[in-house]
Amino acid sequence: MNGWILAIVQTSLLLLCAPLLTGWVKWIKCKLQSRQGAPPWQPYRDLFKLFKKEVVLAESASPIFRVAPYIVFGVTVLAGSVVPMFAIGLPTAAIADVIVLVGFFALGRFFLALAGMDVGTAFGGMGSSREMTISSLAEPAMLMGVFTMAMTVHSTNLASMTRYLLEQPLQLYPSFVFSAMGLLLVAVAETGRIPIDNPATHLELTMVHEAMILEYTGRHLALMEWGAMLKLMIYGMLLGDIFFPWGIADSFAPLPLLIGFLSLFLKLFLLGLSLAIMETGLAKMRFFRVPQYLGLAFILCLLGMLSHVILEIN
Amino acid sequence: MSYAQLSLMEQLILTLSAMILLTSFLLLAQSRIISLINTFASQGFLLFLGTCLIAQSSGRYHLYISAGMTLALKVFFVPWLLRRLVRRLDIRRDVENVGGPSMIMIAGGALVLFSYYVALPIRELSDLATRNTIAISLAVILLGMLMMITRRKAVAQVVGFMSMENGLFFAAVVSTYGMPMVVELGIAFDVLVAAVLFGIFFFQIRAGIGSLDVDHLNRLHEVDR
Repeated sequence: MNGWILAIVQTSLLLLCAPLLTGWVKWIKCKLQSRQGAPPWQPYRDLFKLFKKEVVLAESASPIFRVAPYIVFGVTVLAGSVVPMFAIGLPTAAIADVIVLVGFFALGRFFLALAGMDVGTAFGGMGSSREMTISSLAEPAMLMGVFTMAMTVHSTNLASMTRYLLEQPLQLYPSFVFSAMGLLLVAVAETGRIPIDNPATHLELTMVHEAMILEYTGRHLALMEWGAMLKLMIYGMLLGDIFFPWGIADSFAPLPLLIGFLSLFLKLFLLGLSLAIMETGLAKMRFFRVPQYLGLAFILCLLGMLSHVILEIN
Repeated sequence: MSYAQLSLMEQLILTLSAMILLTSFLLLAQSRIISLINTFASQGFLLFLGTCLIAQSSGRYHLYISAGMTLALKVFFVPWLLRRLVRRLDIRRDVENVGGPSMIMIAGGALVLFSYYVALPIRELSDLATRNTIAISLAVILLGMLMMITRRKAVAQVVGFMSMENGLFFAAVVSTYGMPMVVELGIAFDVLVAAVLFGIFFFQIRAGIGSLDVDHLNRLHEVDR
C-alpha cells in the first residue's frame, strides 16, 4: 500500500518537475549565449496559457489527430512511472522492463507521426518521415546498449538493474563506459536536442519534432509539449539510474527518500547544465549526417557488447 | 575468477584497452586527415597510460621506459611529423575510402569477433589478469590492416600501419609484460625511421604521379600517353 502511494507521488512529481528541467536547460542556454532568457519556470506559464486557449482544428483533421495528444501524453506518463525516480522497489517497476519501455516510446512516436501526417500539410509529413528515419536508426542502438547492460546485471528490469549496481562495490565495467556513450548519443537523438533537432527553431524546413506538432493548438499542443518535456526528464532519469545510481533510496523510510530526492535533483541539475553547454557548443547537424551519428552510437553499443564478451566473461 | 573480483587498477587497464579498440574504430571512421592524425595520437596516449598502469600493477618498472618511448614517439613525434607533411603537401581535404563507411564498420566488428575466436585458445595459456586483452590487441592489428586496405591516400595508409604497430606493442605488453628491452628499442627505432622514410616517400610519389592517391600507381605511365 505504502509503495503504491509513493508510486503515485513519484509520478505526479515527475509530471510537475518536467517543465522545470526544460526551463532550466533553456535558461542556462540563454545565459551561455549572453541573452536575457526567460526564467526557468516559464514553461509552466506557457502550459497554463495553452490549456486556457481554445482548440482550433483543421477541416481535414480526423479523429486520430484529436486522440493522438492524449495517447502520446498517456504513454509517456506510463513510461515515466516505470523508471525509478528517487526510490527503487516500487510496485510500478513490475509493469514493464526496459524493452517494454522502448516499446512505449515507439508507440507514442507512432501516434505522433500519424498525427503529423493526418492534416496533410507538407511540413507535418516531412517531420513524420524524418522522425521515423531517426527512430528506426536509434532504436537498434538503444536496444543493443540495453542488452549489453542486461548481460552484466542479469536483468532487464530497471529497478533490479539499479539495485544490483547499488549493492556491488565500485566496479569499472568497460562495457558500461561504451553503452553510456552510446545511450547518451541515442538520448540526444530521441529527445530531439541540438545536433539532431533544434527544439527552439522557427525555420520549418529544418524542424523534426516541431514540424509534426505544427498544426496543434490549445490543450492539444500543451499535452504534446508536456509529453516532450517528460521524455527529456525520463531519459535523464534513465541515464542517472543506470550509470550514476548512487543516492537513490532502496527503502521507504523518510531519510533515504529525502536523500534520493536530493540526489535526483542534483543529477538532473548537472545533466541540464551539461546539455545546455553541449547545445551551445555544437551546431545542428545536416540531416543526412544523422545516420552516421546514429551509426556511431550503434558501433559504441556493439563495442560495449563485444568488450563485455571478450573482457568481462572468464 | 570473475570480473568483479579484479582490483580496480586491473579493471582500469581492461577499460583502457577497450578504449584503444574504440580509437581503432574511430580511425576507420574518421574522414578528415588532421583529425585522423589526432585520433592516432590519442590512441598512442591511451597506450602510454595503459603501459604505465601495467608497469605499476605488475611492478615491472622497465615498462616505464617503453611507455616513455611510446609517449615521445607515437604521441608527439610521429603525429607532429605527419601534421607537418600534411601542411607542406597541402592535403587537408577529405580522405577517400574504398567501400561505404557502414560496410567498413561492419567488417571491423566482424574482425573483432574473429580475433576473439582466434585468441580464445591463446588466453588459456596465460594466467595474467590482462590475458583477455590479447584478443583486443589482435583486433587493433587487424583493424589497422583493414584501414590500410580501405584507404586510398598514402598518408592514411601510413596511419593505419602505425596503428598496427600500436596493436603489436600492446599485445606484447599485455601478454608477456613487454618484450626484452633490446627488441623494444629496435622496434621504436624502426618506427622512427619508417616515419621519416614515409615522409620522403610521399614527396617522391607526388612528384612521380602528381597525387597521393595510390590507385594511380596501378596504371602504367607509358600506356596512358
